[in-house]
Amino acid sequence: MSDKTRSRPDTRDVEPRGAARDQTGATGAAADPSGGEAAGELSGRSASLWADAWRELRHDKIFLVAAAVVTVFVVMAAFPVVFTRTNPRSCDLSRSLGRPSSENWFGYDLLGCDYYAQVVHGARVSIVIGILVTVIAVAIALVLGSLSGYYGGITDSIIARFTDVVFGLPFILGAIVILTVFENRGLFQVTLVLAVLGWTTMTRLMRSSVISVRDSDYVLAARALGTSDFRILTRHILPNAIAPVVVYATIYVGIVIAAEATLSFLGVGLQLPAISWGLMISDAQYRIAEAPHLLLFPGMFLSLTVLSFILMGDALRDALDPKLR
Amino acid sequence: MPATEMLPSSTPTTKRRPDHEGPLLEVEDLAVEFRTRDGVVHAVDGVSYHVDAGETLAILGESGSGKSVGAQAVMGLIDSPPGHITRGSIRYRGKDLLGLDEGARQRVRGRDIAMVFQDALSSLNPVFTVGDQIAEMYRVHEGASRADARRRAIDMMDRVHIPAATSRFDDYPHQFSGGMRQRIMIAMALSLGPDVLIADEPTTALDVTVQAQIMDLLAELQRESTMALVLITHDLGVVADVADRIAVMYAGRIVEHGPVIELYERPAHPYTQGLIDSIPRMDDDREELVPIAGAPPNLMKVPSGCSFHPRCPIARDECATDEPPLYAVWSGRESACHFWEEVVSSHD
Amino acid sequence: MGRYTARRLLQMLPVFIGTTFLIFALVFAIPGDPIRALAGDRPISPSTVATLREEYNLDDPLVVQYGKYMAGLVQGDFGKDYNGREVVDIMAHRFPVTIRLALVAFIFEILIGLVAGVVAALRRRSYLDTLVLVTTTAIVSIPTFVLGFTLQLLLGVKLGWFPIAGISQGWYSYLLPGFVLGALSLAYVARLTRTSLVENLRADYVRTATSKGLSRKRVVGRHALRNSLIPVVTYLGIDLGALMGGAIVTEGIFNLPGIGQQVFLSVRAQEGPVVVGIVTALVLVFIFANLAVDLLYGVLDPRIRYE
Repeated sequence: MSDKTRSRPDTRDVEPRGAARDQTGATGAAADPSGGEAAGELSGRSASLWADAWRELRHDKIFLVAAAVVTVFVVMAAFPVVFTRTNPRSCDLSRSLGRPSSENWFGYDLLGCDYYAQVVHGARVSIVIGILVTVIAVAIALVLGSLSGYYGGITDSIIARFTDVVFGLPFILGAIVILTVFENRGLFQVTLVLAVLGWTTMTRLMRSSVISVRDSDYVLAARALGTSDFRILTRHILPNAIAPVVVYATIYVGIVIAAEATLSFLGVGLQLPAISWGLMISDAQYRIAEAPHLLLFPGMFLSLTVLSFILMGDALRDALDPKLR
Repeated sequence: MPATEMLPSSTPTTKRRPDHEGPLLEVEDLAVEFRTRDGVVHAVDGVSYHVDAGETLAILGESGSGKSVGAQAVMGLIDSPPGHITRGSIRYRGKDLLGLDEGARQRVRGRDIAMVFQDALSSLNPVFTVGDQIAEMYRVHEGASRADARRRAIDMMDRVHIPAATSRFDDYPHQFSGGMRQRIMIAMALSLGPDVLIADEPTTALDVTVQAQIMDLLAELQRESTMALVLITHDLGVVADVADRIAVMYAGRIVEHGPVIELYERPAHPYTQGLIDSIPRMDDDREELVPIAGAPPNLMKVPSGCSFHPRCPIARDECATDEPPLYAVWSGRESACHFWEEVVSSHD
Repeated sequence: MGRYTARRLLQMLPVFIGTTFLIFALVFAIPGDPIRALAGDRPISPSTVATLREEYNLDDPLVVQYGKYMAGLVQGDFGKDYNGREVVDIMAHRFPVTIRLALVAFIFEILIGLVAGVVAALRRRSYLDTLVLVTTTAIVSIPTFVLGFTLQLLLGVKLGWFPIAGISQGWYSYLLPGFVLGALSLAYVARLTRTSLVENLRADYVRTATSKGLSRKRVVGRHALRNSLIPVVTYLGIDLGALMGGAIVTEGIFNLPGIGQQVFLSVRAQEGPVVVGIVTALVLVFIFANLAVDLLYGVLDPRIRYE
């Protein structure tokens, strides 16, 4: 599920081939960014990239819908009472495996708990873990990727080999082995393990992105002016190199949510009585043939959440890719 | 395939068709536009030119003037959408290519009209050997055997002066220098002895010394045959030695046309004048080079009237409103300037 | 190329050691005494415990344990589990199932993924293109275990077209699980193929090929496709290695006795040697798949030179 590449066709066709390339006008005089100009021009460069992207996104229907769905799930995670006043843990065994009906669209689970309330409350761990893990992984990736890409040499070798080592570990297998170490597994443990295993791809992305801007004229100019490494990295390189990581991170939230559900499903993630979509499906797995709604609703919510993050990331990628404009 | 071509013909089906009235290749009132999300780009807007066997026509213009798009329209390489040929005709030996179906068009390409592109590195397929790419012409068009195609491809590589052609047959494009790659492109284009060769900026990507060698090669190959050459370039210096006639394009139109020497010595359009003033010359007694003011127009919003008027040093009020036709200056000379007489007389 | 291969192998050595040590440390850091766990409720004499601890080097420092393990490994000795069975025998029993599963998944990826990608690229912006885009996005969004259960329920239980568990029906048993395992990569292959082909279709050399008077079929099939497949083949190669490691969920759902299931059981039972053995084997597969892809890349793209 790594970087999926989708090019939006209608923007690409703008340009006729070959020499006719710059006839759509608006190419502007590409003055060489030399010396002092460079530093001033820089903030404008990345700012306009994001401003342009935002202008694109505001008109992108897919992005808007995906963002709206994500918002709904975030609200659901933060304030489940907005969606249901039923306590997910108030159960009545007499309603066990109750089918969806016009009164209760989502039916009841094995213990006769209200399934709608369960599914709504299940959003919290997915969203929290998805965002938390991504934030930690991005932080690791920014630091390691920048150091690796900017300094090169031995620093790069050490970080790159270390990244290879962790990357070489099969993801689910690694998570299973580590999680088994913990006797009690909650939000904290699952987040920790997913973050520890999940920073490699973004670090590699960040590294190559930093390398691609490291030798650009405005960085050389800043260096010639005696700017410190830290300042060059944070003010000049990071804003211009971060775009691919942001795109991947958006998609990655979805990947993490799917991973958390998978681990909970396998019984090495969250433990009952936590409410998680993966756990709900795991719990229901031997009853699915007689009560398919037990799979349908958490599966649907889970997939919809993942889908929304992926679509947002896709749209963001298209909007940020200057080649497509 | 059109029905007429399937009927048994009394004339022998040789490659050369019977002679016809008029020029070998004649483009008339051609218009190409690209319909994009942001608007319609009028890349070529009513261009006419012709070229005869053995003749060299240079089409001169800045990037974005529509010169390449026009050439691609002749070859049938405009992707549609977004490109659309909205009017005009492209007649090869009297037959309008735009009326042919794709199959018939395909038989014209490469065999009758061939093309050489600007950047030989990206224009050659990186994963096939150069020999393979030349030999493909014989294999596909003439059904030649592998060995025969190879032999003829090597001959062709020899003709464009590639040293050790036999051993270089199996090399890949990236293993050649820029000049040698362009020779490969030329060998491929000329492999079937086309009647018309369109060369789109064939030397732009090359070093100056190599540029001259490639132009010499094109001239040499043309002398050996009766091939017509359409040379598309932005470089006035390149065309001076090889072209017979020049057509100057600006914003999708031809603004001046004439024999090369006359056009150099007595330009009849302020834009041509500007181009000549902006290049250095051997007999230079000018103090400094004068660039043309302003930037090429946005083809989505071509200026009204004469499209050059915002940059023109002699523009009057009517230039912004009245679109100039292509005035006949004298025999074989045309200019799309209301005040061409003023421009011409300024040289006296 | 030989020298390049040797150099790559050398580069991979630290990665191999690092990854296996990591997993080794993790597995043997699992709290609880495996010998006690093995004995269960039965009384066990201190001398037996000592013998067993001796046999599995459990009293050595971790690094020494790892060293001894690796020393055995290079001689093809993956060690024994706590019941005295050779780990190699367990793997020999389990691996064929997973390899078959991965192979079926792989074939689905190539057949469906490639074809869908090519069709979408050639019929860009048609309803077929949209269909491929929507389907692949949906597949990517549905976690494997949800997809697995859903298809098992629909095609296995309700329609009865496929066996729902086990491998009793030979290759036929692998069809549905193979599809589930390959679905994610299948979607990715389709998208990668589409993007790559669309990009190559606008390449200058494709324009040249058209100007040579070649048929559309030849321009696409020989010139554009050949270039477009380079990233796809690369992805497929790496994926073949990754598929085996990702088989845990699929093997669990369809109850296939492969290594995924074995490793899962072994983790639960604290069978450290089995877990380490299988993960080590998987890491090896992964590393060699990467090496193979590197070498293949050079064959596919003559611009890559190894010297």
